[in-house]
Amino acid sequence: MLRFIGRRLLQMIPILLVVAVIIFTLMELVPGDPVRIMLGDFATEAQVEEERERLGLNRPFLERFWEFIKGAVQLDFGVSYITKTSVSDELIERFPRTLKLALLSICVSALFGIPIGILCAIKANKLPDRIALVLTLLCNSMPSFWLALLLVLLFSVNLNWLPSGGIGGAQYYVLPVISSSIGSIAGIARQTRASMLEVIRADYVTTAKSKGLSQKAVILKHALGNALIPIITVIGGQFSFLMGGTTIVESVYSFPGLGLYIISGINNRDYPIVRGGVLYIAFTFSFIMLLIDIIYAFVDPRIRSQYSGKKKKKSKEAEAAA
Amino acid sequence: MSNTETKKVKKTAASYKPGSLRYIWYKLRHTPTAVIGMCFVVILFILSFASPYFLIDEASGQPMWQYIDMRNMNALPSAEHLFGCDEIGRDILARVLYGARYTMSIGIFSTTVSLFFGMLLGSVAGYFGGHVDNFIMRCLDVFQAFPGILLAITISATLGPGFEKIIISLGISGIPGYARMMRANILSIRGSEYAEAALSINCPTSRIIAKHIVPNAMSPLIVQTAMGIAASGLMASSLSFLGFGVQAPTPEWGSMLASARNFIRNYPHLCLFPGIFIMLTVISYNLIGDTVRDALDPKLKD
Repeated sequence: MLRFIGRRLLQMIPILLVVAVIIFTLMELVPGDPVRIMLGDFATEAQVEEERERLGLNRPFLERFWEFIKGAVQLDFGVSYITKTSVSDELIERFPRTLKLALLSICVSALFGIPIGILCAIKANKLPDRIALVLTLLCNSMPSFWLALLLVLLFSVNLNWLPSGGIGGAQYYVLPVISSSIGSIAGIARQTRASMLEVIRADYVTTAKSKGLSQKAVILKHALGNALIPIITVIGGQFSFLMGGTTIVESVYSFPGLGLYIISGINNRDYPIVRGGVLYIAFTFSFIMLLIDIIYAFVDPRIRSQYSGKKKKKSKEAEAAA
Repeated sequence: MSNTETKKVKKTAASYKPGSLRYIWYKLRHTPTAVIGMCFVVILFILSFASPYFLIDEASGQPMWQYIDMRNMNALPSAEHLFGCDEIGRDILARVLYGARYTMSIGIFSTTVSLFFGMLLGSVAGYFGGHVDNFIMRCLDVFQAFPGILLAITISATLGPGFEKIIISLGISGIPGYARMMRANILSIRGSEYAEAALSINCPTSRIIAKHIVPNAMSPLIVQTAMGIAASGLMASSLSFLGFGVQAPTPEWGSMLASARNFIRNYPHLCLFPGIFIMLTVISYNLIGDTVRDALDPKLKD
């Protein structure tokens, strides 16, 4: 298992490196000149040249790329062109907020999605199932930014219960979490329903029922445990979707997280912000994928035995070689 | 000659091969929810292209979706303007109808782009295996290290605003998913018993590919495509909302919402209708997609 984790962590290095190459090159190709945007329309040619010199933008591509990689390895992403503040400091301040938002959203989605899915599977094709199906379809089809606008309208403008944006105590998280989790609830509920339906018909569930176990025990212990793998896959997919999707929600609520920072960086052609932010997200993303693979092993003894099996095979080979 | 005879016989679901395109079409015509979805999409498409010809401002002769009437600034819905008017007095109904073409077609086109390149890369990787497979899969790993929406944002920032450009950026960000799926299908089919059986009766390779591998690898992909259209339509409007992709003054629904958002405190009706139409469109695509999935994947249906 440790070998597996180690190998996966090593694999992340070349991926992140290529991500760095891609994001660096893409940002080079973005139309628009950061210096012109910074200095405004009335800057003279000499002023523009001077500023370019100061920011090092007139040096060759490879030189600047090397500089960027050297900094990125030390988690130093340079200084923002516009605000002149350290991008790394800003990222360290903003990243936990986005992570908290995404984690809270995925917890809320799982807490609602899985029970709804189980309920649908038990009552398949009866009234509760039908109602839930329509509701999940609605949630799945609602644009998160529109939902966010409607929530602001109801809870901030009309009822004045919750703040419409910004950052502060727990109340600032309520609306963003609701708007980003609604879509995921639908996805998780649908997957739970489908995989529970498949498992419920299995022989071991019939056996468990016929030996007189309560429905609760059958569903929670025998059925859910075996239906969990595809559900985890969907939760992982939704979580990574949320890491990107918070970009949209953050921009509606002016929530000062990573997503809003990247968007502002793109709009102002403030390349250091975009590079740093995207690398942060790519790293988190790869890390989550690894985490999901590890969770698989905890949930499914068959997958767990694959890892230990490999180790045994290796040690046997070693014995044979000796 | 037998054609005319079979036409008279009423066709049932059993008369089509399960999983064939005709079977899907039969299912689509005979599932009420899918019919509702298809009707909505088709009618909205027609209205979108026809409305500039009949929704015309009488005084000036300009089509209403771009006619600015400052007297009607932020006007509430009324008999004259069913959905009200926006912040510079343009009729929202006309704009919503005109803008339908964008959200609705971006989903279809960008999914086609992803599907085409995904299938190509996936089948090359799955069929040749070895180094080619390894190379393609590692490239896809890199692209999947970005969350989809962020990748689309970055690409569309690079390409600049525009209708075709948003299709390209959404299309590219969708490729890895389809490619992976195609590769997995091809790998599992190559190892299947029927492929082996076909090989053992000396079936030519071209026939195996055409008759066994492609049709069997396609059906999960069709399901994915049917669901993907809804998702990328949603993503397209999100991108426009953020200011990438199709931009104002084009009445794309996402960008309409982006400008309406500044007036939400005083004129909430500006935010209402574009959002409702995005939702209805996505629901319609989802309804069609669900039916296609049920037709192709009988395991899920119950």
